Amino acid sequence: MPALIAERVAAADATPAEPILKIEGVYKRFAVSDGEVEALRAVDLTVAPGEFVCIIGASGCGKSTLLRLVGGFDKPSDGRILMRGRPVTGPGPDRGMVFQDYGLFPWLTVRRNVEFGPASRHLPRAEIKAIGERFIEMIGLTRFAGAYPHELSGGMKQRVAIARVLANEASVVLMDEPFGALDAMTRERLQIELLSIWEGTGLTVLFITHAIEEAILLADRIVVMSPNPGRISAIHDVALPRPRDIASPAFNTLRRELGALLHGKED
Amino acid sequence: MAATAQRPLNVNWLPVVLPAALLALWWAATLRSPDGLIPQPQQVAQEFVDFAGLAGHNDSFSGTLWPNLLASAERVFGGFLLSAVLALPLGLMIGQLPIFRRMLDSTLQVLRPVPVTAWQPLFLILFGLGSKTALFLVTLGCFYPILLNTVLGVRSVEGRLLEAAAMLGVSRSAIFPKVVLPAALPGIFTGLRLGLGFAWVVIVVGEMSGVRTGLGAMITDAREVSRTDVVIVGMITIGLAGFFSDQAVQALSRRILRWSPRHAGADR
Repeated sequence: MPALIAERVAAADATPAEPILKIEGVYKRFAVSDGEVEALRAVDLTVAPGEFVCIIGASGCGKSTLLRLVGGFDKPSDGRILMRGRPVTGPGPDRGMVFQDYGLFPWLTVRRNVEFGPASRHLPRAEIKAIGERFIEMIGLTRFAGAYPHELSGGMKQRVAIARVLANEASVVLMDEPFGALDAMTRERLQIELLSIWEGTGLTVLFITHAIEEAILLADRIVVMSPNPGRISAIHDVALPRPRDIASPAFNTLRRELGALLHGKED
Repeated sequence: MAATAQRPLNVNWLPVVLPAALLALWWAATLRSPDGLIPQPQQVAQEFVDFAGLAGHNDSFSGTLWPNLLASAERVFGGFLLSAVLALPLGLMIGQLPIFRRMLDSTLQVLRPVPVTAWQPLFLILFGLGSKTALFLVTLGCFYPILLNTVLGVRSVEGRLLEAAAMLGVSRSAIFPKVVLPAALPGIFTGLRLGLGFAWVVIVVGEMSGVRTGLGAMITDAREVSRTDVVIVGMITIGLAGFFSDQAVQALSRRILRWSPRHAGADR
């Protein structure tokens, strides 16, 4: 491995702060018609508060499965997932999920979608309204607060989905290829917006993508997964200073190295 | 975005083409036989005016449009509402709770193909000659469309939305009112629309025996005295009544389902 990036084995990873998220020896097996498929094998990962972690891997490497386990939508076959030291037993507002297909409630306006979490917790009306306004402004959709999801573009919908989990005080945001369905320009804009939100709020982000560039642009650390069975094959620190320049030689070197790891060839 | 979205004034002549062609065909076919079995359009039009009480003839059908229409409408909307009151909660439960589905599904599937006309003799015995039987036949006629579409609406709620709600901290018990019910509304409205349309079909059957008022009774009476013009007037009246009540349901669903891309605009 070249010296530019520090590669470490997951288990040996020592994060300085108390970890917010700990994945310990997680296995996931699915029953199929002729037996069993091992979707995840012996996955260990520790995430520090405020960290931006990207998980990349080819399709079938189990990265989405892993995210769903952290989200609490599925249970590990073995091992455990700890959120602030407490085992994850189901979905919860501390882990906000941003889906690739948005998952917005089509019968609610932008405002009501963003207010959905606080309203479900029965906060006082004035407080709900203030939270809604704040996060709609953060994503720049104040003018569209009264619009329904079907009246929005894909990029706008994904902004609403992000605001919705932020408004619900998620401390970890789980993002499953959130920009995968968007056109290149919208994707770039949202990447920049996401970074500025992340820098301004101290969020922890676990972000799945299959785009190497996206991972390098966003992440503090990149977790590389490989299929059959799904497992973590490498973890890279991204030491590039922010804001990152995708045209810089260092960026390109890192892209080539990760490309080689992912595809077994130079990108 | 605003609620006052302007709809273009619809002065489209396309929908008129087919009725005009049919009318012309009817007129041409009956041109040479002014006293034939099938009356001429202008005779029916005259009868319609008289039926509405505006011509001042004095036969037994003169001016009976309004009381007959009112009697039928009462049964149609009464039966429809009763049906909705029964079918909506049942449909929601069958859609949401597997135990209800297991318990009721096969029974309902066996009962469903039995047509309203087949039930009529039994209803006459149970509820007697009179408007009660007509009303309950309408209730039965609306029941399955409302029920099945409600079940379908509940069952077709996207899993993603349930996950999103759970992730946002909605409790298990709140999922139904906050997610399932609104997501099922398009299906429910489809059921209501089909049900009400069917009610106007069933009402004629329901009124054909045992009641004295109503459009069905009037058509039956007219047939017995060979007043085909009155029969056709009754048919047109039923068609128009069904059309306008459907428009009302559609207007309501456009308002309530403004969020749904399939319903928000007119379906033109």
